[in-house]
This record gives sequence, C-alpha cells and structure tokens, in this order.
Amino acid sequence: MVEIEINGKKIEAAQGSMIIEVADQHDVRIPRFCYHKKLSVAANCRMCLVEVGDVRKPLPACATPITQGMKVFTRSKLALDAQRAVMEFLLINHPLDCPVCDQGGECELQDLAMGYGRDVSRFNLGKRAVSDHDVGPLIETEMTRCIHCTRCVRFGKEIAGLHELGVMNRGEHLEISTLVGRAITSELSGNMIDVCPVGALTSKPYRFSARAWELTQRPGIAAHDGVGSYIYAHTIHNEVKRIVPRECEALNETWVSDRDRFSYEGLYHKDRVLTPKIKRNGHWEEVNWSDALAFAAERLRAVSDTQGADALGALASPNSSCEEFYLFQKLMRGLGSAHIDHRLRQHDFSDENQFAAYPHSGVTLTELAKADVILLLGSIVRKEQPIVAHRIRMASLTGATVLVVNPLDDTFQFNVASKQIVPGGDLLLGIAKIAKALVAGSEKIKPSAAIAEFLKDITVDDTAQQQANYLKDAKQAVIFLGALALNHPQAAAIRGMADFIAQHTQTTLGLLCEGANSAGAYLMGAVPHRLPGGQNSTKQGESTQAMVLSEKINAMILLGLEAEYDLAYAHRAQKALKNMQTVIALTAYQTPHLLNYAEVILPITPSAEMAGTFVNMQGDTLAFSALTSPQGQSRPAWKILRVLANLLAIEGFDYQTLEDVQQEIAPHLTTAKPTQRWSFAAPQLELAERLRIAPVPIYAQDPLVRRATALQHTPDAAFGGVRINSAEAQALGLAQALEVLVRQQECEVRLPLVIDEHIPNGAVYLASGIPETRDLDGAYEAIYLEQVVDNHA
Amino acid sequence: MEQLITFELTPKMRLDIDAWVNKFPPEKKSSAVIAALTIVQNQENWLSLAMMNAVADYLHMPQSAVYEVATFYSMYNLEPTGQYRIDVCTNVSCMLCGCDTIVAHLKERLNIGFGETTKDGRFTLKEVECLAACGGAPALQVDGQYHEHLTPEKVDAILARLEAKA
Ligand code: SF4
Ligand code: FES
Ligand code: FES
Repeated sequence: MVEIEINGKKIEAAQGSMIIEVADQHDVRIPRFCYHKKLSVAANCRMCLVEVGDVRKPLPACATPITQGMKVFTRSKLALDAQRAVMEFLLINHPLDCPVCDQGGECELQDLAMGYGRDVSRFNLGKRAVSDHDVGPLIETEMTRCIHCTRCVRFGKEIAGLHELGVMNRGEHLEISTLVGRAITSELSGNMIDVCPVGALTSKPYRFSARAWELTQRPGIAAHDGVGSYIYAHTIHNEVKRIVPRECEALNETWVSDRDRFSYEGLYHKDRVLTPKIKRNGHWEEVNWSDALAFAAERLRAVSDTQGADALGALASPNSSCEEFYLFQKLMRGLGSAHIDHRLRQHDFSDENQFAAYPHSGVTLTELAKADVILLLGSIVRKEQPIVAHRIRMASLTGATVLVVNPLDDTFQFNVASKQIVPGGDLLLGIAKIAKALVAGSEKIKPSAAIAEFLKDITVDDTAQQQANYLKDAKQAVIFLGALALNHPQAAAIRGMADFIAQHTQTTLGLLCEGANSAGAYLMGAVPHRLPGGQNSTKQGESTQAMVLSEKINAMILLGLEAEYDLAYAHRAQKALKNMQTVIALTAYQTPHLLNYAEVILPITPSAEMAGTFVNMQGDTLAFSALTSPQGQSRPAWKILRVLANLLAIEGFDYQTLEDVQQEIAPHLTTAKPTQRWSFAAPQLELAERLRIAPVPIYAQDPLVRRATALQHTPDAAFGGVRINSAEAQALGLAQALEVLVRQQECEVRLPLVIDEHIPNGAVYLASGIPETRDLDGAYEAIYLEQVVDNHA
Repeated sequence: MEQLITFELTPKMRLDIDAWVNKFPPEKKSSAVIAALTIVQNQENWLSLAMMNAVADYLHMPQSAVYEVATFYSMYNLEPTGQYRIDVCTNVSCMLCGCDTIVAHLKERLNIGFGETTKDGRFTLKEVECLAACGGAPALQVDGQYHEHLTPEKVDAILARLEAKA
C-alpha cells in the first residue's frame, strides 16, 4: 500500500495501481476516452492528463502508476488547460452531427465537450471524413466519428479473442476497420458498441428508433444460457428497444453475449400469438380466454377420464421460470401423471437417478479463474455458453491449460494445449482413453469392475496420454460436459467415465446445461423422477424421449417450445403429437407446424414480459421482474396454469399473486452446491456406424432467439449444410456432389453438401433446431447419405 | 473478390522468413512479420491481400494484425507500383522548407498525382510522412537512396539518372 494525495485528499491505495483507478475508486472523476477498466492501457487519447506535483508536464492518469507521497491534481490550471487542449484537438476532426447520431445524449465525447470544449471552433479548415464499413448486421459504423481510442480493437484482441477490427494505416489516414470489409464474427461483438465512447459504433437493429433520454431503464436477467447475465432493458412505449449489460462481476462482468443483447427483436416478430385459439373441426378460431381454458380443461379431462392420467404428458422449455416449472409439475402431478420433462434434446436418461438435486457447473465462474487445467468434453463452448467461453479464455490467459475432447474440430478463441477429435462421435472412447492412461500410470487407481472391463480393449494414443498427464499433474482441474456430451446417446457412460477421472485426479466435474433454467427445472420437479426440492418421486414418469416415442401419451401440454426445433426427434415428435388426441400449446409463437399438431393455443409471454426466477448453472437464484407488460392478450404462463388447475379442480392452486407462488417454492430453491457423482455403467446403446452430430447453432437455441431478425442475418445463422470430410465423401461416392439425399428413419431431405476436413471419419455434421432439418430425426442417430439422382437431368 | 485468390509462399520465401523467425523466441513468431512482408514484397513488387494472408497463416497471426502492419508502413506497396517509387516527404520540416514546389514539379514532370504511376510504368509518386531527414529538408527517397536539400533542378537530375538506368 502506498499513500497518495488526490486534490488534497489523502488516499491509501495498492502499489502499482494507476492514478485513474485510484481516482475512480474514490469518486474523483478524471475525463477519459481510451481507458477502460477491463482493457489494457493504451494511453493514446490523452484526455486524462492530470498534474502531478513536481512534474513539470501533465501526465496521463491512466498510464501513470502511483508512488508513495505522490500529489495529484485533477482540476488544477495545468490539468484543465491540458484537458481542454486535448479536447480541442479531438474535436478538430469530429463531425458536429450529434442531432442525427444515436449516441447523442449518452456520448462520452459529447459529455466531456460540455465540460471542456470551447463554444466556438478555432479550426476552420476541412474536416477529415472516413467511409463506413459494413461489419455485419449487428453493428452500425459511422467511422468519421471515430476518435481512434482503440477500445473496440482492444476488446476484440483481449476479450473476444478475435482480432477482427484493426488499426489500419497511420497518422491522418488512420482508420479502424477490418480492411477487407467482412462481418465481425465474435459472439461478444455487441460489446464494442458499449465500449465505443462515441457514435462510431452503434447498434444496427436499434438505429434511429429512440433517443437515449426518452428511454426507461429496467434491470433484467438474460434468458438464453446457464449464466443468466445481468442486463438492462431500455424501453419506450412498453417496447424493448435495446438490451445492454448490467455490471455483475461474478457473472457477466461488464459484458453480454450478442445472443442476450439482440434476442429482444424476437419479442416483436410476426409469429407472436396474442389471442387464444382453438381448433374445431380442423379450423382454427380465435376465442376468449375463458372459452379457451374451458376447452383445454375439457380436452384434458376427456383423455384422462377415458385412458387414465398416465396418458397425459407435459414438456417445458428449459427457459421457463421456476414458478412456471413448479406450477406445471404441480398441475400434472395433481392430475395424477408424472410424465413431465424439460430435458428436450437429451437422448440418454439411464443415469437420471444419480443426478444431484440439480445439475451444477462444478465451479463458479469466479472459481474458474483459479483452475489450472480445463477439459472441455463435447462442447462448442463459444456457441453454447459465450460468457463461459470468455471466462475460460481469461483463465487460459493467466496460465490455465485447456484440453478438448470433441466430435468435431472447431476453432477456439483461446489456446488449446491438446485436442482429441474423436471419430464417429465416440466421445466415450475419447474420455475412456484418458481414463486408461491414468489407470496404466498409477497403481493406486483402482477402477470398478465395469470400468476395468470397458477399458480392457482400449488403446491409449499420444494425445490421450498427454491429456491424462495434464490432468494427473493438475492442482485444480475442471471437466466441463457441454451440450454435445449431455445430449449424446451414451451420455450416462460418458459422465460416469469423466467422474471416474475426476475422482482420481484433483478435478471437479461440471455440466454446462442448455437453457436459462435447467437447474431451476430440477429443483422445481420438472423432471419425471423427482419432486420439488430434488426429492425422489415414488411415481416415476416417462422422459421426453419415451413420451414422444412410446405412443402411450395421448394428451400433451407444451410450455414454451416448438417440437420441430426443440426436440431431439423433430420428425417423430411432430408425428407423435399429430397422432395425439389433443396437444395444448402454451406458446408465445405460432408456426405452421405448431398449427398442424396443436389443438389449443394459449398465448404466453416470453420471460421479458413477466416476473420470475431462474437458477443458473452455478446455483445462483436470479429473480427478475417484467421489462414490459404483456402484449395483446398474452399472459404469463403461471397465471394460465393456475386457472387451468382451478378448472380441473386440482387442490392447492388458490394463488392470488406471483408472490404466493414464490413463497411456496422458496424452500425448494436451495442454492447449496450439490455433490455430483456418477458411477460408470457400460452404455446400453452402440453408436451407429455413421453418426449425425447435430449441435444447435447459437442463434437457434430457443423460440425467441430464432426470431431475432438481426441475429438471423449473421454468419452464425447461415445454414452450414451437411458436412463430411473428403475421405468420407470419396467413400460414399459423393466427392463431386453439391447436394445430397439425407435419410434418417423414415425421413428424407435433400440438402447441400459441404466437404469439411474438420469433421472426422464416421461423423456427419448436420445442425438441429433449424428449418432445414426440422423434418429430419434423431440428432445423434444413424444418418445415411446418398447421391441425388436427378430425373430431369 | 481478391480473397478468393490464394497465394503460396515460395520455398525461397519460407527459407528467408524462417531465418528471421529463428531470431525470436518461438512464441514471438509474429515479430518476424515486418521482415516476412518485406521478403514477399521484394519478390512480388507489392503486397496483395492474398500475400498478406499467406504471411498471416505462416506466422500464425490474425489476418487483421498483418494488415495493421502492412498499412502502417509506407514502404509497403498495397498496390502494384512502377519500376521506381518516389517517396516525397510532406511533413512539417519539409513543408516549411518548400516541399510544395518539389511536389508540384514532380507532378508536372511525371504528369501524375500522388499514388499514381506513369503510363510507361516507370515511376510511382507517393506522399510519405517524415523520412527522418529533416536536417536535409526537403527530402525524397527513391531506389533505396535519400536525396536531400531538393530543388527542381536536383529533381530533374535524379529523374534523368533513373531514366538512363531503366
Ligand atoms: S470505433 Fe469507437 S471504440 Fe473504436 S477506436 Fe473508434 S472511437 Fe474508439
Ligand atoms: S484515458 Fe488516459 S490517455 Fe486515454
Ligand atoms: S519532415 Fe520531411 S524528413 Fe522530416
């Protein structure tokens, strides 16, 4: 600690801090443009010049470390003159277009010009103008306004890990650009809009739609991934105009992902349904709420009276709130059915009873910084959980070793020390090789009979050996199971094997579950085998897969999901739903597919238009309130479920307000970190000879983001085609083919073929959750590719 | 469009670049970027995007980082140039010492403006920042040589010599 004085006030601060940091901590405001607390110091704008006792010239506060006894004056004549002079220089080339600039009213340059600028410009020569660049559908550029602070460039290099925008040319010709005019691809790119102190980078979807001072700021929680980033919504006339990060050091720091930032556009998509509807004699009609609910109740009753409660099923989106999950399962269990699930894309449920009270990420994001080895098992983490990926990057920059075991090769924005790309989607083989290497390397590790048996025929290769060595020597390692592992047909065995490794090394195992509230779903009992609070249920219901495939369910309630996109078996699911006696969809959106299989549509509000609670993957309880009021006649699902339960005469549904529900669920919202342990059992299912690897693209994750227009125009949303490597193409006689006939079960689709050496043998990459594949089937099942025979040729 | 055209470093270029790479620690490979770009340009006369991308791949650098370097130094030609590239300084010292006359004279003699090349492909005229020859301002650089204390007559003599050489 050293003692310094700022403007005569004595302050103790840590050695090595810069003057500006200390000043910020003590609310002494020093003007700045290029300094940003999360970015490296560039000291190129010179706006932060201050007087330091005994030093003749003013010094940049952002780049001057404090020393014992230093006397700093931020408002002395010398300091102010310097700041004013810098401001005058900055304004020489800055256009005077604040009235037509979206940054107007919240512009750091405008604000400081108020304090330091002159009324009249002494510069009367021509100003510099710079042509704009198209950097994609999310960020609008107006590069004449750029003051070359390089915050955006440093953000790209240091935080996003992608050096896309750069400082091109020099001196008077300096420009911030990609030079080649390509779109920025980082999934955190929107943060450049926030760090830009001027109106050079602004939000494209928001462009010219409101002025900063007309907006109301409301705090919220982002509802797309397991982090639950803190956000602010800026609203006007009951409409969300944009989303910006709300600082939360433990979760998203000062950032949000593009998915969290731009998904709000989906709230106003034309697919939104705003009135209840029922299908009578094959025709849809709009009805009022009481008729719709009475009809729904009657249809449910009809099925349960004739076929018993076991013919009723319920599926909920993992983005539903705790309150919704709770009432949903209470309704189902009240009707006598335990068939309720939210694990929509999962294939293997065999170890569900071994799960702890809720799936946990093993470590918190803050703890992740201390990890020295991080193994990603089946995860395209950048696309699944952008903020987690960012934290892994930060850990890797401070020395953590990152290892990867994946069914396809992908680029990462951090260094990967060792990569196992397993052929044929065989993640179990990949992780088993590491286990074998560990067992072979130590007398002390005694595998269970099942593991010993499984490892018998496995041969270790160099990569697996290397990965095993890293894990063995680690002091605090983490294994993250991503979506590709969790949705894998052998997920249970993969988990068991990973847990075996974790037990015999200094490793914590964590799950990166999909959706905003998977943890909440478990805690609320929205699983067929558990009651609220994670207690085992005496009556075991069916999992998603069984509900869809068993043909035993005859009435289904859907909450916030679209079968064609959100379920693992898109085709069979739609068919099964179509064959049911009734499907009651609590949904915010209608699609032709939904209209085909549903019988009742009850319009719900997305989480932005209601209050509720999420539990994120590290067990934080995140309460949120509505950002705007519901559109049209849509209602929060908890209200609909309440009335439905009342109509069905189920006890215990006399809640008046959401607080009543919250009181009831409070005891179940345990945030204690659960102990997660899985024992290994050999997989029951063999992998298909050629396996479809079907990740859900980042902007296809849930109904809201699928309708966010700008995100849908990013390169990430473009259809990647059917991807196989050239050797496979050769073997299949597809080397020259541009199109291919894809077969799964009874479905058949013709799709473009792309040769991609990132895909290993035995695997076919074909995304799910997108229109191109909504009529196909199992995301991780056998897939057959055939040449297209064109009759017209 | 140009991005579709790929460029492969020749074995000779690789060898020369490797010599530079070996001077730096392995994780600081990118330090060789200036040398690498120079090597490619010496061979090809200029640097296309494809060439810069090839250097980026070879040194495991982001493409933007290579563009930053290539656009920063005026010694790199991002477009094909004539046989001789005349770099005239127009920075402060040279400006005070009358570079305007020199520039006007060059433009008239060659009948081209800044950034342009004569029809016969012999000369390209380029405006550059301080050549660090302020003591001899106004100054220009051509064919690897500095020429200081310029006058229109001196410029004529320089051009005559180069024309004779060509
Ligand atoms: S675009 Fe904005 S953030 Fe980037 S350098 Fe210019 S002013 Fe700074
Ligand atoms: S903030 Fe210190 S130089 Fe820019
Ligand atoms: S200003 Fe021309 S050489 Fe320095």
